[in-house]
Amino acid sequence: MTASTSPDDAQSLVDYLLRLGDTTLVLSHRLSEWVGAAPTLEEEIALANVALDLLGQAQPLLARAGEVEGLGRDADGLAYLRDAWDYRNLLLVEQPNGDFAHTMLRQFLFDSYAVELWSRLATSTDATLAGIAGKAVKESAYHVGHSGEWVIRLGDGTTESARRTRDAVADLWEFTGELFATDAVDEAIAASGVAPLASELEPAWRDRVDAVFADAGLEVPTRQWMQSGGKQGRHTEHLGHVLAEMQFLPRAYPGSTW
Amino acid sequence: MYTQGLDEAPGPDVDESFDPASLLPDDEASAELRFQARIDAEDRIEPTDWMPAEYRRTLIRQIAQHAHSEVIGMQPEGNWITRAPSLRRKAVLIAKVQDEAGHGLYLYGAAETLGVSREELVDQLVSGEVKYSSIFNYPTLTWADMGAVGWLVDGAAIMNQIPLCRCSYGPYARAMVRVCKEESFHQRQGYELMLTLSRGTPQQQAMAQDALNRWWWPAIMMFGPSDADSVHSAKTMRWKIKRFSNDELRQKFVDVTVPQAEYLGLTVPDPDLRFNDETGHYDIGPIDWDEFFAVVRGDGPCNRQRLATRRAAHENGAWVRAAAEAHSRKQQERQQSSEPAATEPAATEPAATGQVA
Amino acid sequence: MTPGWPLWEVFVRSRNGLAHKHVGSVHAVDATMALTNARDVYTRRSEGTSIWVVPSAAITASDPADKDALFDPAGDKIYRHPTFYDIPADVKNI
Repeated sequence: MTASTSPDDAQSLVDYLLRLGDTTLVLSHRLSEWVGAAPTLEEEIALANVALDLLGQAQPLLARAGEVEGLGRDADGLAYLRDAWDYRNLLLVEQPNGDFAHTMLRQFLFDSYAVELWSRLATSTDATLAGIAGKAVKESAYHVGHSGEWVIRLGDGTTESARRTRDAVADLWEFTGELFATDAVDEAIAASGVAPLASELEPAWRDRVDAVFADAGLEVPTRQWMQSGGKQGRHTEHLGHVLAEMQFLPRAYPGSTW
Repeated sequence: MYTQGLDEAPGPDVDESFDPASLLPDDEASAELRFQARIDAEDRIEPTDWMPAEYRRTLIRQIAQHAHSEVIGMQPEGNWITRAPSLRRKAVLIAKVQDEAGHGLYLYGAAETLGVSREELVDQLVSGEVKYSSIFNYPTLTWADMGAVGWLVDGAAIMNQIPLCRCSYGPYARAMVRVCKEESFHQRQGYELMLTLSRGTPQQQAMAQDALNRWWWPAIMMFGPSDADSVHSAKTMRWKIKRFSNDELRQKFVDVTVPQAEYLGLTVPDPDLRFNDETGHYDIGPIDWDEFFAVVRGDGPCNRQRLATRRAAHENGAWVRAAAEAHSRKQQERQQSSEPAATEPAATEPAATGQVA
Repeated sequence: MTPGWPLWEVFVRSRNGLAHKHVGSVHAVDATMALTNARDVYTRRSEGTSIWVVPSAAITASDPADKDALFDPAGDKIYRHPTFYDIPADVKNI
């Protein structure tokens, strides 16, 4: 629990919680788009499990954000009534599903980050966040196993699957820098012991990615330019469409209980 | 119900007084008699047991149709996942559709115990040669449909599935026990959704009524035509693959569901619906069997769309399945060639074969 | 699923259970995938489980059928699934 929360501290905490909550929500939503279209029945169930786990993280994160913000917004209010420029998710997770290789690579890149993040958040000075982390760390450990295995199978599968996986790497790598970029919010959060500085997570993330890429026969790109802006509310063209679909009903029928 | 198509398959009329065992060679005749005696004694038939060829065939068709229905059934509800209007509804809907995938999987597993492979069954579904429950050929047009489908379609399914937990074939009965345990939340979440709408704004109430108007009759038709019009019912009943008649199940469903509709403050779209004091049951109006047979035949609102979606998913997944197989093979080869005895170089990567699963 | 996706039988011991119970089957290319598929399909409603996956082809089952039946399949190797005696949940220590 934070000892004393100045308005600035509170705002940083809200921003941080929205970043994590929006990220897990948007990624869950993307995965849920696979329902009915997965390559096997078993994979239908697996993908839905990951989507549900992420949703189960998003809801309390957004609820906590609303609580700290103190403006009477609950998780649904935050999820369904903010426009894209107020969303704070990582750009990586709003990227379209593409084919199964894209989806699994996107998932693996995120899971490798999440597993490090949640284990550090288990000792957050924010008790709610620590509680969420306690459950999420087990979930993301399972997720990274599942997505990592698929990246290997697809990278080291057939000529076609290898090509698709390489394409996925080429498309998604430029979104990985944002995972570890830090700004004033991140610094304030780290200073108050709520969360680790994101940059600290990079070495462990990189080790895992190197190992899986090696088994998958994939080259880690050396290209340096990275996309950014998601955490500050500047998104790619994709998020608007995601939200238009997701938010349609509450916006078409304002003031309704569902 | 999920096996409506069985009843319209051509076949000889079943003469109840005729004992088919009398036509068989002596040992097969006595095996058939012993088999029937086991059924009559509520014994469970297991995969290694002797069974008449027709029992095996009928079961494969019934279980497979049930499995196909679960898989196709993911589509109408999957249609609203990305538009679920609250985080809780989103989670519940994902979980429900996920359960349906699981049910399909358990049922394909039960069918496989009878000697047919998952691959064959999937191919049959994708090729359009087999039937699945007609109800899933209707579109889900509003959020209220999520309530109506859970309440009415799952409600009808439960009517059918609970007796099947005592079906004579063990693997099918056990799959149904698992399905029923999971199904309990499906109907409740649908009804609760309808309750929320019926207590909501006038627009939400209208949405709920509109959904009931569109889903009532298709749900009634789910139970299939009257057994008097069915050629196969007698045999499936004798073999305890089917435990109650279509009409019995339909009546039970109506009796249970009409009060639920009244509680919601909604009107069942049947001007002839009335409670019959003499029988203690609800009488319903005439069912449009032309519509039912048209939909079963392929002329329903979503038949082509449902199959096309399933086919696309299957075809798009072919390279993924092929990759998983290829990787597994490579792993095995690496393990073998790294064993101490091996001195030849590691196997070169096999060329892509673009296999279709 | 092609021949490269064989069938695996799944056995689960729940947190309070004393023995692994046969719950069904999954298709998978290898044991690792079979285990994750089994976990995803069969343990969504319980925690603290232990899972065994066994290739169906590796299982040999005793024949529970009526001994007098004349048309028992040759041999004792099942086609796909084992048949296990269904012990009621409230029978202890078995």
